[in-house]
Amino acid sequence: MSENEVKSCLLCGVGGQGTVLASRIIAAAAMAKGLHARTAETIGMAQRGGSVVSHVRIGETIASPMIPWGRADVIIGFEPGEAAANIKYLREGGVLILSSRQVKPVTAALGQSGYEGEECLKWLADKGGSCVVIDPDKIIEACGSPKVLNVAMAGALAATGAMGLSISDMEEALRIRMKPKLLEMNMKALRMGAECVTER
Amino acid sequence: MKELLMGNEAVAMGALAAGVQVVAGYPGTPSSEVLETIAKRNPGHVYVEWSVNEKAGAEVAAGAAYAGARSLVTMKQMGLNVASDPVMCVNYIGVKGGMVIYVCDDPGPISSQTEQDTRSFARYAHIPCFDCDSPEQAFQAVQDAFAFSEEHETPVILRSTTRVCHACADIDVPEIRNPEPPEGFVKDTSRWVIFPKLAYQAKLKVAGREPALAAEFSEYKGNTIEGNGPVGIACGGISYSYVKEAIRGHEDSFTVMKIATPYPFPTDLARQFMLGADKIICFEELDPYIEDALIYEYGNLSLDIDNFIEGKRTGTVRLGGELSAVEVGSVIEKVTGIGTSISYDEPEAAEDAPELPVRPPVLCAGCPHRGAFYAVKKAVGKRPAIYGGDIGCYTLGNAAPLDMVDTCLCMGAGITMAQGLDHAMREQEDKPTCFAFVGDSTFFASGITGIVNAVYNQSDMILCVLDNSTTAMTGHQPHPGMGVTMMGEKVEPVDIAKVLEGIGVRSIRTVDPQNLEESMKAVSETMEEEGVRAIIFKSPCVALVGPGEPLRVDPDKCVGCMMCINEIGCTALIPDSSSLTEKGRPKAMIDKALCAGCGLCAQVCPADAIVK
Repeated sequence: MSENEVKSCLLCGVGGQGTVLASRIIAAAAMAKGLHARTAETIGMAQRGGSVVSHVRIGETIASPMIPWGRADVIIGFEPGEAAANIKYLREGGVLILSSRQVKPVTAALGQSGYEGEECLKWLADKGGSCVVIDPDKIIEACGSPKVLNVAMAGALAATGAMGLSISDMEEALRIRMKPKLLEMNMKALRMGAECVTER
Repeated sequence: MKELLMGNEAVAMGALAAGVQVVAGYPGTPSSEVLETIAKRNPGHVYVEWSVNEKAGAEVAAGAAYAGARSLVTMKQMGLNVASDPVMCVNYIGVKGGMVIYVCDDPGPISSQTEQDTRSFARYAHIPCFDCDSPEQAFQAVQDAFAFSEEHETPVILRSTTRVCHACADIDVPEIRNPEPPEGFVKDTSRWVIFPKLAYQAKLKVAGREPALAAEFSEYKGNTIEGNGPVGIACGGISYSYVKEAIRGHEDSFTVMKIATPYPFPTDLARQFMLGADKIICFEELDPYIEDALIYEYGNLSLDIDNFIEGKRTGTVRLGGELSAVEVGSVIEKVTGIGTSISYDEPEAAEDAPELPVRPPVLCAGCPHRGAFYAVKKAVGKRPAIYGGDIGCYTLGNAAPLDMVDTCLCMGAGITMAQGLDHAMREQEDKPTCFAFVGDSTFFASGITGIVNAVYNQSDMILCVLDNSTTAMTGHQPHPGMGVTMMGEKVEPVDIAKVLEGIGVRSIRTVDPQNLEESMKAVSETMEEEGVRAIIFKSPCVALVGPGEPLRVDPDKCVGCMMCINEIGCTALIPDSSSLTEKGRPKAMIDKALCAGCGLCAQVCPADAIVK
């Protein structure tokens, strides 16, 4: 990474999906490599089933924790509709990493708004330079916990190389951030997430 | 060692590094993590408490500072309103140990009722104020604030904003040691007891010291002037980072002044900045605070340059809401013609874009508040009623389909506003029943005095305490009703029913909001009575106890009536377009990953189709 280069990753989803921890893991992976890291997160009221966004920026000279429009090298969408809502942040040729599982908002269940995750996924397919779609149900079942989705997404991010972070950088971050008894399960999720990229 | 620290964690570690001894506060987004981090990283001898509210916290901190200890009180900007009584006075009296009042503002606002600016409060109160622009700078600023407070025997406000509080950066954290014990309180009525005569002398002191402190701040290393381009940019706080990002690659055209001590304003530095500029643009969130200070100095300098200072006062920068690097860059280009590499215009939504999810925050699946609101709604039925809301998770009872919040003002206001509504409409035919919903933490923070007022002044109202045994919205902080302190001690919990009884509330019922029939019966019975009545809906926060076994919809029984979805609006309930009734209506479906198994929907379903 050159001196002035800043890599930016936007994580978006629904409150409770673990986007905050994912952004911390990515930042920790960068720090383990000796890079500076900044993040900015949605905490508080919006976490109750609302839309949440985390910004992660790594590099030597990061000015602001917030990513301007069109400057994200990667968008990690924990939910298809949330990824579509934040597509304006993606730079031309940027990478999309998406979870295929939709979370229907109450407004849609009540018929006040329409929303189909499937349509958003289709629409997003050609919006970046490349697009990785992850089926979270498979990984969650294999790992035995719905809480591993965020780590799987981080694994996919490493496999794309879009932030200049490798799988072993992420593994190092997991060793720093995770409780020992949860480490093995998350290492598995990390690898399964990465495999979704290589399998394409 | 380098750690990834959130702005609030950096303030906490900086306070520990400065030898803070007593820490108090009341939770409020975006300020809560400071106190929690100090409790977690306590080297052993730091006293930490969640106070009952911000006024109590500020007074605890002031007392500790009188005894010579370094003390810290934390709150959000709304909390400063609650604490303003002691804060306004303690400045007149002064302190012995360093006292830092950490206040988080919330531009946007993202999770607050107002966009008030604590820098303006500091000027109004004559309290020196430091500002934070990044986690690493905040780590240093809190240490500088303690030193300044002690040197000048004055409380100091440390101001931060959401994007600094909740941003993370990698910071070198020093080893934390226990501080030396303070000297203790030394009696001196001429110093510690406020009387009108002393207050007059104090006013002369706090207003009169302004020029000397301003001169000191002009030399403070946190206030900076960078570059020597013709266009001056004045900024402070998070706006500084947006400016840096916006002018990247074009630095030669600009001189950037960053204000890290808004009050007293570093006048000498500002003069130096203005005399070198052809034109000045001010970027700051909330009030045009720096802008006004510059305009004032501009008058003093008797400069005569057309359109010299631009900002909020000239309509160049928006009066409200958050700033961003994009907005800063676009304003700079509009005013100066100097473009940067950031794209300024929000990319247009593609014409073929699919419909996006609309996702306002809602009560969690399994939240006991949902049951309480629904029980009141059903029991009241078509009778006239007004539902006073309050500040906490239960504000989310406003969302469709519950629609159970008619008013929401500030902490505790639901209780006392119900009394005003009642008194104003007493003579009205078919007078609505006035309900006030309040959470357990808010009950202790600012509900009790309102209930005393109701009993004393013979109000006619129904108080609904939604007791989920935690301060849920801000991240599950303990409170007096829980029997545990922030130091981890087990203590006798303050019993809400006994408090009400002691105040003189004669009708008190305690029910489980997850039991719909029992809850509705309690509401109906209470409505038959008069005077101040209370119902305590008691059931723990689902986020604390964790989800139970999820329920499922039996498709053979579901008639597709959608009552479960349309009545209670639980996030786990969705219509299943792949499973239709004979009449072609979608049946209900439960999202296993979200359902907490509370069973409220099963009690609502007329076809008994929701089962374990």
